[in-house]
Amino acid sequence: MIGRTNFDFAENLSFEHGSPGRSGVDLPAVSMPDAAVRDLLGEHARLESDALVLPECSEPEINRHYTRLSRWNFSIDTNTYPLGSCTMKYNPRINEWAGRLPGFANLHPYLPESRLQGALELMWDLQNYLAEIGGFEAVSLQPAAGAHGEFTGVMMIQAALKARGETRTKMIVPHSAHGTNPATAAFFGYEIVNVESGPDGLIDMAEFKSKLDNQCAGIMITNPNTLGLFEKNISEICKLVHEYGGFVYGDGANLNALMGMARPGDFGIDVMHFNLHKTFTTPHGGGGPGCGAVGVSKALEPFLPIPVVAKGKGYYFDTHRPQSIGRVRSFYGNFGMMVRAFTYIRELGGEGLKQASERAVLNANYVKARLKKYYHLPYKTDCLHEVVFTHKNTLDIAKGLIDRGMHPPTIYFPLIVSGALMIEPTETESKEELDNLCEAFIEVAQEDPEKLKGAPIHTALGRLNEAQAARNPILVYQHV
Amino acid sequence: MIYFTKEHEWAFIEGNVAKIGITDHAQHSLGDVVYLELPEPGKKLEKDKIFGVVESVKAVSDLFSPVSGSVLETNQQLVQNPEWVNQDAMGKAWMIQVEMGNKAELGSLMTQEQYEHYLKQEVK
Repeated sequence: MIGRTNFDFAENLSFEHGSPGRSGVDLPAVSMPDAAVRDLLGEHARLESDALVLPECSEPEINRHYTRLSRWNFSIDTNTYPLGSCTMKYNPRINEWAGRLPGFANLHPYLPESRLQGALELMWDLQNYLAEIGGFEAVSLQPAAGAHGEFTGVMMIQAALKARGETRTKMIVPHSAHGTNPATAAFFGYEIVNVESGPDGLIDMAEFKSKLDNQCAGIMITNPNTLGLFEKNISEICKLVHEYGGFVYGDGANLNALMGMARPGDFGIDVMHFNLHKTFTTPHGGGGPGCGAVGVSKALEPFLPIPVVAKGKGYYFDTHRPQSIGRVRSFYGNFGMMVRAFTYIRELGGEGLKQASERAVLNANYVKARLKKYYHLPYKTDCLHEVVFTHKNTLDIAKGLIDRGMHPPTIYFPLIVSGALMIEPTETESKEELDNLCEAFIEVAQEDPEKLKGAPIHTALGRLNEAQAARNPILVYQHV
Repeated sequence: MIYFTKEHEWAFIEGNVAKIGITDHAQHSLGDVVYLELPEPGKKLEKDKIFGVVESVKAVSDLFSPVSGSVLETNQQLVQNPEWVNQDAMGKAWMIQVEMGNKAELGSLMTQEQYEHYLKQEVK
């Protein structure tokens, strides 16, 4: 795919279009007398004038404005998007059909349980599917996204320790964990204890053992880790943490590598979040809210946030849970995402989910095999769903890929290696699409490095000065 | 006398005061520095513990104190001009000055020669 200039016009802001007094709709006359805000509020009025600063456009004007803007989008619906660690897989259209069924889309959260039975049944089933996939005792669907799932999980760990009369001060977070892991633990006041990776890219077991003690609330571990490598000592790690009375938090962001092949709960992980917006194909990356459902072991089950969907004669919200950490989200979480994830799981079934993971791993290894002649491979260990290369001109490589119709991979992360390019193709790319991706990568690797410094050239805006934008951000609209 | 850490901080020692910053190698691998978070004067520091944060367009990194002691002065001008780190990492981009608590700690740091050797080993 070669970039070429299309009808990408510069676009004004919505309130630079239109004309004062124009409106796209005719509102009915109001029965209340027309009064100025200032007359009604007197000295309490905080508006400088009575005129609200709103765009004043006709319907075609505003429709064209947003449609033109939408053509600037770079999305999974338009291009390959191998953003490592983000699992940017295709969002099947049938998910949207299900999520928009009026019975789901128009539900009001204040309806009595008797009128919500269908929705509750879906939530109950989804809880059970996720528990089965992850090997957990129970699941809460409340957390709104991955980091929120981590928040919920560590809060449960803290509550479980407190129930034992313990306050612990430290949390182990290996260098190969996701960046949100240390942030979450620090949020709860834990001192972060780092553990380095060994030459194979896996947690250095000797260092891990030397740092583990009974002041550790536990460990937060990403498996496969951010290098896309399976932490093969995971069961021993869990066993050791448990011996010291700690808990194991599993970051489930990389679950797309494991479905149907291994269950984190079986490794000994006590609590893990699922990213429904990654593994289970609900939209993300600006495309919709997330859902960071958490699965827990028996030991942590009493601490799940309320309410949990339960089944008696019918389905109901169980709020009688004395050890619960309480609510972590208004209402019951992002229900629309639950419908989409449920649809995906039912469409694929157990065998299909397993096949998805197998193909995600196959695709990453195909890209690895094709590119290893052109990019440096810091760890030779077989990868799972994503592969990390390094390059001395990482940023330029990423910008050059944009001109070739590809979303760049994740760059400069993980920090363990310098100049990282982290590629996660996902299972939804065909062999032809993967070949296009690899050829784009090969082309930029062979491109004149000086020429690449000018990339991208086919986009509406060229190379942006990121340092200048971060040092002197202009945060308020500048009227020209 | 100047000393270095494995985390690429430098400490320039005059009497009982250590002037601290990050090395040229560090600024080079960080890329354009856009933001710094430094401790206030009076803050007690512990050797090898985090004393601040440096943010570049690539990543956010912790700053580790080469020595224990108490912060005497923070380079406020540097906070206003983070690009100095890229322009003059070992000079006007000093970050803090610390009244050392235990000068014996310097023994565990690297000399200039040792640091240069360490860089050659680390950056293969």
